[in-house]
Amino acid sequence: MDRAEAVSEVPERVKRHRLPTRLWHWVNAVTVIVMLMSGLMIFNAHPRLYWGEYGANADPAWLQVSATADRGFLTIGSATIETTGVLGLWEDEHGIVRRRAFPSWATIPSSYSLAAGRRWHLAFAWLLALGLIAFLITSLFNRHIQRDLLPRRHELRPASIWHEIKQHARLRFPAGEAAFRYNSLQKLSYFGVIGVLLPLVILTGLTMSPALNAAWPWMLDLFGGRQSARSIHFICAMLIAAFILVHLAMVVLAGPINEIRSMITGWYRIPPARKP
Amino acid sequence: MISRRHFLIGGAGLLLPGCDRLDRNDTFKEGLRAAERLTMAAQRLVTDRHALAREYGPEDISPVFRPNGNVMPQSPDYARLAEGGFADWRLRVDGLVERSLSLSLAQIASMPRRTQTTRHDCVEGWSAIGRWTGVPLARLLDLAGLRESARFIVFHCMDRFGALPYYESIDLIDAFHPQTILAFGLNGRRLPIANGAPLRLRVERQLGYKHAKYLERIEAVASLEGVHGGRGGYWEDSNDYEWYAGI
Repeated sequence: MDRAEAVSEVPERVKRHRLPTRLWHWVNAVTVIVMLMSGLMIFNAHPRLYWGEYGANADPAWLQVSATADRGFLTIGSATIETTGVLGLWEDEHGIVRRRAFPSWATIPSSYSLAAGRRWHLAFAWLLALGLIAFLITSLFNRHIQRDLLPRRHELRPASIWHEIKQHARLRFPAGEAAFRYNSLQKLSYFGVIGVLLPLVILTGLTMSPALNAAWPWMLDLFGGRQSARSIHFICAMLIAAFILVHLAMVVLAGPINEIRSMITGWYRIPPARKP
Repeated sequence: MISRRHFLIGGAGLLLPGCDRLDRNDTFKEGLRAAERLTMAAQRLVTDRHALAREYGPEDISPVFRPNGNVMPQSPDYARLAEGGFADWRLRVDGLVERSLSLSLAQIASMPRRTQTTRHDCVEGWSAIGRWTGVPLARLLDLAGLRESARFIVFHCMDRFGALPYYESIDLIDAFHPQTILAFGLNGRRLPIANGAPLRLRVERQLGYKHAKYLERIEAVASLEGVHGGRGGYWEDSNDYEWYAGI
């Protein structure tokens, strides 16, 4: 009922995203995709992950992608699943059977080149890191983080989060006045990506550098060794990929034109409040 | 019917040919290479030039130290040297030096040595920890006396990939780093052939392909341009790897 009363005061459109947010979003849309796909190319050079300081073929891997003569497999811990066609063994666009971890449609470049994958990855890493730093500084100054991204205490209550989950599951997205702000699930996922996953993926990436290990050996201790850092780097990358998929699905379900326009022009049309 | 897989392939199909085309574009490639130089400059800026790579304890050593690249040089000369326990092998030190050197393994092994348990990081992603014993490169360079014009140290190797000999190069900052050694021992034993016998380079703050194995000659040069393909190493020339391998 509160909602119904508020309707009359709710403007039709609001300026939702400021310029720094919009710029960073689209730079990142390109950068993160390039980082993910070139990262998968680098992973293909040694599709095994370990915990600790060292790890090579003779050491136990907690995750590995492998292939036999005609089948591909993903092994995590003691569980192995067949992944023929997607991981380990697949056909490329010319119908040639390849035995590599990630298929050519998922990697940059599409054919195997560790040198080229690294060149893309380590160049775009600068955009990712500098972009994040610039965004964080700007958004602390203009209070975007404090005002819009940090969840309020009441939003973190289990009951409140459970309510949001149910609303999302029913595809009932915030309308009217509630659509002014990010809901708690949005805040948690945006803050999780911006405040946790991106910093973590950058720091674990730097921890894989033998030169920086000499300069800042504490990073090795922070992540429990170079191979642990590599594993955490991969896990963060997969979580970022999962975020992108959910994010795109939500954009489509919540009204793609309005959502995408708001990230280009800044203007967001407030969905009219539902009848109670 | 369009399956999810075909949809994904279709989506990537729009993006990937673009990336592959960009990857073949020289201007774009030069742009990415500029980032490589930026990375090197930034890493050199934040790293003390004598900052040491971490040294580990005996309990941290990899049970198996994975050999990589060539594990047995194919030349008859090498086979003959190996048969004789490398007694006839000599390391030449020449190029822009005051005194050229020719040293036997026994001579090198009798010099003041350094033992370090360090982590070897392959560009592919794996790591192995081993205990290396060798003579600091700085010691040999001081014996030979570098000329003013020397800027890089080139390591010529006895192994080949097809027709091309393996070689690598580092600058003088890494050459005179206290942990840059020419190793003849691994884990308390003579360096195995698979790991580069009789002598290999350890340049601990860079990736594995910089650690040239099967050394036969060390050359001081002013520029890398005249050496083989001109990009400072076998992988750099043949596969476009970065010359600076600090990350």
